[in-house]
Amino acid sequence: MSVRRPFTSRFRPRDVPDRSILTEHRAVIRDISRRRLLTGVLSLGGLSMLTGCNVSDRSSVQRVLRSVSGFNDAVQGWLFDPDKLAPTYAASQVVKPPRFNAYYDVEDVNPVDIGSWKLELAGLIKDKRPWTLQQIYALPEQEEIIKHICVEGWDYIGQWSGPRLKDFLTLVGADLHAKYVEFHGNDDYMESIDMASALHPQTILATKYAGEPIGDPYGFPLRLRTAVKLGYKNPKWIRAIVVTNTYNVGFWEKQGFNWFAGL
Amino acid sequence: MTIHQTGLGPTAYPRMHPLVLRLMHWTNAVAMIVMILSGWKIYNDDVLFGILHFPDDIVLGIWAQHALQWHFLGMWVLGINGLAYLAYGLASGRFRRLLLPLSPRQVLQQVIDALRFRLQHADLVNYNAVQKTLYIGIILVGILQVISGVAIWKPVQFSWLIALFSNFQDARLVHFIGMSLIVLFLLVHVTLALLVPKTLIAMLTGGPRIGASSSHTDGALAVARPAPDHSP
Repeated sequence: MSVRRPFTSRFRPRDVPDRSILTEHRAVIRDISRRRLLTGVLSLGGLSMLTGCNVSDRSSVQRVLRSVSGFNDAVQGWLFDPDKLAPTYAASQVVKPPRFNAYYDVEDVNPVDIGSWKLELAGLIKDKRPWTLQQIYALPEQEEIIKHICVEGWDYIGQWSGPRLKDFLTLVGADLHAKYVEFHGNDDYMESIDMASALHPQTILATKYAGEPIGDPYGFPLRLRTAVKLGYKNPKWIRAIVVTNTYNVGFWEKQGFNWFAGL
Repeated sequence: MTIHQTGLGPTAYPRMHPLVLRLMHWTNAVAMIVMILSGWKIYNDDVLFGILHFPDDIVLGIWAQHALQWHFLGMWVLGINGLAYLAYGLASGRFRRLLLPLSPRQVLQQVIDALRFRLQHADLVNYNAVQKTLYIGIILVGILQVISGVAIWKPVQFSWLIALFSNFQDARLVHFIGMSLIVLFLLVHVTLALLVPKTLIAMLTGGPRIGASSSHTDGALAVARPAPDHSP
């Protein structure tokens, strides 16, 4: 019912530079923004001291913002109801193919070589033997038609199926009282979620989308799909799962996004 | 009894804007600006209207995550201070005294007066119908913003809030419309305060002391003045 064609702002340039330039020169670019503060001050008086230019990035300001973000993570954890189910939708509402999203463009996706791929396990897990895709396919599947919501604000309804993460973790003897479950992607992406969300009934290790194996751009062979987290907490192209009590900083948290990111 | 007959000195009467009220007003003002400017940056990440993209020079936050950090800081200030303001306004009787009664006919007449630059503004301590409408409006829209904002923040935990707005995207739209109404209010409110500077000064230093006067049959307030001969 609410599948929206994403709007592209007229102000957004048609041709964007290669993203790697951005990553390599992030510090320089931020510095250039800082210098714009000097011209910015003239335009909006006192208020411009707060604007996009540099206040958000100053380390003292970042310290305050990040500690509030940490406090909010605790509040989110307190608010989380492990029994509350996310709304589900009709099969007719499923978007096909799913919407692509990654921190790079679809042309840069490096498909997983399934011949050599295995799901590695590490940390507080009794049976750490790696899993092949066929072994994962053999597990009982749960199908869910749920809404994917991105921190940017867009959403879409999709259909994913695969074993419930709770069942999988139980099967491999994971410590279900540990704090974090980490997912390591094939592409240097790492995100962790809290154990309560990992054990939620709508959290699955998705192997299929709309009944077919997930396509290469969308996470083949395995992605996390949980109905209770923002999109960036649903890693694609998973190659390893780690259960741990140690907090390791994830890909987006390094840049200031909050860790809990719960819906 | 008139003010003069009570025998109380003028300093016994409260100011039009008590200190605690002024503190909450300015805290709300700063918090709202933080929410609006960071909200614009968050909006930019997935625009609702293709023609509208807020310029980077005026938003709060260099990247999306900064805007979110500011927004999730501001929400506490606005939420807690806003609640305190509502509680104070209701418990102290200030809302009832200043914002009611409100008659639609008066509103219409005074809006026309305002547009003709004939709206009376000499009386600092009694709000005209335009003011009452705008102040009641901003309180209601502010509450709507908090509700729609919390729904967007927790669309699963508070799925029943999302249901009030139909779905997630419509909750975003309501939140955007609320922001637009608040920005419109701010433009009018700030402009009028600057056009009648004694209102701005009143919100900084408290304004005149007030008390009930029997010379006003409609229960309007009067400024407390010292009696001409106070010595026994």
